[in-house]
Amino acid sequence: MHRYRFVFYRPLQLLPVLVGISIITFVLVHSIPGDPARILLGTRATPEALANIRAQFGLDEPIWVQYFDFVKNLFHGEMGRSILYKVDVIGLILGRLEPTLVLVFGSVILSLIITIPLATLAAGHRGGAIDHAVRMISTGGLGMPAFWLGIMLIILFSVKLGLFPVSGYGQSVADKLHHMVLPCLTIALSLSAVLTRSLRASLLAEMESDAAMAARARGLPEHIVFRRHVLPNSLIPTLNLLAVNIGWLISGTVVVESVFAIPGMGQLLIRAIFTRDYMVVQGVAMLFALASVLTNFLADILTVVLDPRVTL
Amino acid sequence: MSGAFFEVEDLTVDVATDTGRHVIVDRVSFTLGKGEILGLVGESGSGKTMACRALLKLLPSKRLSIPGGRVRIDGEDVMALPDAGFRTVRGKRIGMIFQNPASHLDPVMRIGEQIAESVRFHHGSSRRAAEARAVELLTQVGIPDPKERSRGFPHEFSGGMRQRAMIALALASDPDILIADEPTTALDVTVQAQILRLLKELRDARGLSIIFITHDLGVVAQLCDRICVLYGGRVCEIGDKRTLLADPRHPYTAGLTGCQPGAGATGSRLKTIPGYPPTIDAMPSGCRFHPRCSNAVDACARLQPPFEDVGQDRRLACHNPVVSELTSVPARGFA
Repeated sequence: MHRYRFVFYRPLQLLPVLVGISIITFVLVHSIPGDPARILLGTRATPEALANIRAQFGLDEPIWVQYFDFVKNLFHGEMGRSILYKVDVIGLILGRLEPTLVLVFGSVILSLIITIPLATLAAGHRGGAIDHAVRMISTGGLGMPAFWLGIMLIILFSVKLGLFPVSGYGQSVADKLHHMVLPCLTIALSLSAVLTRSLRASLLAEMESDAAMAARARGLPEHIVFRRHVLPNSLIPTLNLLAVNIGWLISGTVVVESVFAIPGMGQLLIRAIFTRDYMVVQGVAMLFALASVLTNFLADILTVVLDPRVTL
Repeated sequence: MSGAFFEVEDLTVDVATDTGRHVIVDRVSFTLGKGEILGLVGESGSGKTMACRALLKLLPSKRLSIPGGRVRIDGEDVMALPDAGFRTVRGKRIGMIFQNPASHLDPVMRIGEQIAESVRFHHGSSRRAAEARAVELLTQVGIPDPKERSRGFPHEFSGGMRQRAMIALALASDPDILIADEPTTALDVTVQAQILRLLKELRDARGLSIIFITHDLGVVAQLCDRICVLYGGRVCEIGDKRTLLADPRHPYTAGLTGCQPGAGATGSRLKTIPGYPPTIDAMPSGCRFHPRCSNAVDACARLQPPFEDVGQDRRLACHNPVVSELTSVPARGFA
């Protein structure tokens, strides 16, 4: 089982990465022009009130002291208090976590549901009308920005057809999923544009591989050769590409959450930036960074599970 | 020799290129008896691999086609079968092993699982029975610790072990005929000898008929019962191994045997056949070997020599064959 040893020591290597990310986020957030105390109290606040607020949130300390406070708090499982909401950042984030997680996982699953049949069709009809149609859809998907695509989907499916809600996030599980279809589709369409191209190319290569030919020579019918030999081998590079894209996808949720008014982390982040709610921006940015690092780690594990030749 | 149960007649493969259609396997005919090992010999590009791929209708490119030919197994012309029916020929009647087992095995599926997959498909066995059969087959091909190894992946096997696994995989569907496409070329000599011995054992134990593709006459002499020599996609000469090697009638066969180290006097230069094999878009007219042939006469460049019986189980396509060196025995009717 030495192939899985990296699962234990890789997280240790990730620690310095997280420290670096925390410093960069901290410095960047604090370089945003604007004074949180003034935003909170308004333009007519007295200097005493402003100083009071600054002292309360530690904003009058030198920046490096603020950073060490931030790190110290992290070890206590705290990310400070929100200036705007006056509650713990951790609690605030956890409350907003669910819609974003649903959005990310939903998009990933939906993109695979779209990609696998499309790529299979395209590879099976190489050079034919279907192949060209799939290529046009993919190129189109790549060219359409998420905010525009989202609005188009709302106009078509919500306003014209009335199939899905326009925006928001429901109460019951079924209601929530119903609300998340269009947002997930928005992300999945652009994601599967990339994935389809990759999967089509590897399917074509694997269909002509020696191993597939040998499987046919054993008398296995084409659908078994495809399902058991061609597809598993082709999915490895595509799933790697997907894993790399999840980091990008997580930040992509910010735009989609705004378009569909989903009360997730993205919306929290945007409002926090506008109100200079340092602690919240820092917390969310740290969490996004952590999520990216973690998905890459999970992608490594996935690769090792799928491809027995890989040792990390 | 037992009677032929596998007959290939006028098998032809065409390739469509930018310069037009070319015949790369030209009316190849041979027969194979039960439990017989036939060596298919020729230089690179002589069409030996292509002919065998055509037997399974598994041509590696859409540009290749099989315009004609009959392949009879027990009298049934399998080439005439529709695609779905022909699939029962693959694996079940004819199995195939390849030169490079590393690329012809699925890299991400366990060896035992690949064998079991074939067993389950061809025999409808249960998962458990198929797995047990896979271990049994791995034992038969001489893989040590077969139970443990059946859970291994191809890249964890050595070259020789991988070829053994490939053979076990081909045997999973219980074929009557095994096509071995240069299965030992990529192996070192000691492992090569082991694989050849294994193939011979399988022939003896199962009555397996083997078509062994190679360019190595040494291997042919060691393993085969009969030899079929190909040049430029055509059969030059076919016959029993002993008589064909001892008394080659086609100048090309004679050239090949003459090229073997040890064929000439000690200290003499190793012989070669002058010139290069023809390319598919520039096949010589008449006999395709005539530009390189020391025996060539006028007719060779104009007329394709007919493929004729020249003795018991001996056929030859040559206008001016090499005179038999075994003068005491007449070439025709050589037993």
